[in-house]
Amino acid sequence: MKLPIYLDNHATTPLDPRVLEAMLPYFTEKFGNAASRNHSFGWQAEEAVENARKQIADLIGANPKEIVFTSGATESDNLALKGVAEMYAERGNHIITAATEHKAILDTCKKLEKHGYRVTYMPVQKDGIIDLDMLRDAITDKTILVTIMYANNEIGVVQPVAEIGKIAKERGVLFHSDAVQAIGKIPVNVTRDNIDLMSLTGHKLYGPKGVGALYVRRRNPRVQVTSQMDGGGHERGMRSGTLNVPGIVGFGAACALAQKEMPEESARLRGLRDKLKKTLETELDEVYVNGSLEHRLPHNLNISFAYVEGESLLMGINDVAVSSGSACTSATLEPSYVLKALGAGDDLAHSSIRFGLGRFNTEEEIDYVGNKVVEVVKKLRELSPLYEMAKEGVDLAKVQWSAH
Amino acid sequence: MAYSNKVLDHYNNPRNVGSLDKSDPNVGTGMVGAPECGDVMKLQLKVDPKSGIIEDAKFKTFGCGSAIASSSLATEWIKGKTVDEALQIKNTDIVNELSLPPVKIHCSVLAEDAIKAAISDYKKKAGMNRQPVSEAVS
Repeated sequence: MKLPIYLDNHATTPLDPRVLEAMLPYFTEKFGNAASRNHSFGWQAEEAVENARKQIADLIGANPKEIVFTSGATESDNLALKGVAEMYAERGNHIITAATEHKAILDTCKKLEKHGYRVTYMPVQKDGIIDLDMLRDAITDKTILVTIMYANNEIGVVQPVAEIGKIAKERGVLFHSDAVQAIGKIPVNVTRDNIDLMSLTGHKLYGPKGVGALYVRRRNPRVQVTSQMDGGGHERGMRSGTLNVPGIVGFGAACALAQKEMPEESARLRGLRDKLKKTLETELDEVYVNGSLEHRLPHNLNISFAYVEGESLLMGINDVAVSSGSACTSATLEPSYVLKALGAGDDLAHSSIRFGLGRFNTEEEIDYVGNKVVEVVKKLRELSPLYEMAKEGVDLAKVQWSAH
Repeated sequence: MAYSNKVLDHYNNPRNVGSLDKSDPNVGTGMVGAPECGDVMKLQLKVDPKSGIIEDAKFKTFGCGSAIASSSLATEWIKGKTVDEALQIKNTDIVNELSLPPVKIHCSVLAEDAIKAAISDYKKKAGMNRQPVSEAVS
């Protein structure tokens, strides 16, 4: 077993060597511009792009013509939201999203608010899932778009996407979903799920960074987005710019691999995740899983260790790469807004660790991590005045703290 | 974030972890911070009533590595000092000793506050204790 162990696969994933192999020719001998129509270099590149487009479309049950390549999911989210807002401005100015969305959605919504759009940020329930009745009530005749992520990047909670899509469809509102954490991990199908627009990226499923896509429905309804990047009219005018051919080839290869290996791989990861959870829950008291366990990505475990601060825990397991919702690990010095949205209390947000398992993790690694976390949590609890008080029977919620 | 060697050393081998008897009249207890802010420090000191010297100090901290190191260092520094000398310790001394980056300065402030809170608790208790003694003398 090699240290450090990478368990931060929601942030990014390593490139699968099989993906790299597929990409390599497109850096050197097959370097053509996919938009060059009059020589074999261009044709070769175009063929590779079209093949990848099909691989990606196949993974999500779409038509290849519905895939618009971008630089990544942040760009896809921007194109979806701003592009729909602009295109459908005459129809309405209201967008509905949720408090636990990725910043690429939330910050884009804030930008749109500055331009006169109205945005509803729905709260989530304790398990991280949105309330469908609340969604029904939030839709008005001015609503043009509902955007709800498929699976959350911190807590791995999977939203009832098909239901959301159905509600949107019934009310004649477009539905966009940021699905970067879900594709290639759990079955996603744009028809079954009633999705009109969907953001994807390569690097979360063992493909390269810097390449993503926006799925834009072509039929029933035909969806249009106003381009946010203008130039040569690439990607049916929705996103200009020379295509990143090696990246796109890698993204396509990654999707094909994920589709082929998903049933077996998701069962394997679920087994490892559950083993890790069991170790932590057996060896330690007062550990809490954040968000629904039932509606959750198989490779995610977001868990709070009461009375232990997250960054100090990360320091103790410094040969394991994970993330924490602790304020001390974020640039803003605020604890995770996703965990806060669950209403768990800031103290549990500070105590949280996100384990993101991936294709290259082994059982030996998971066993090592489980034991190491148990050891460090026990050590830090010996150091924790809160643990001592809790053990003495003090109700921490009733203590007058000197907030600073 | 990269930690200084001194922070790592205090984190890996924290000095003076533990608790003193809160009800001991010679023990002062300071508890500062709040769980929702991600930092709580408990610092206790025991004063020799004859010499006024801090003969023992203990801490427990819920917080990041820098918070643990700041409070560990604080207990190390106040031991052997008089109460008044201990009050002279400034958060900037802790920042310099541990090479804390700007985002961790609040950890050192909390440690200074913990020392002051513990001493203030001790003084309050000592004041209350002297009362019956002086009455007995007069």
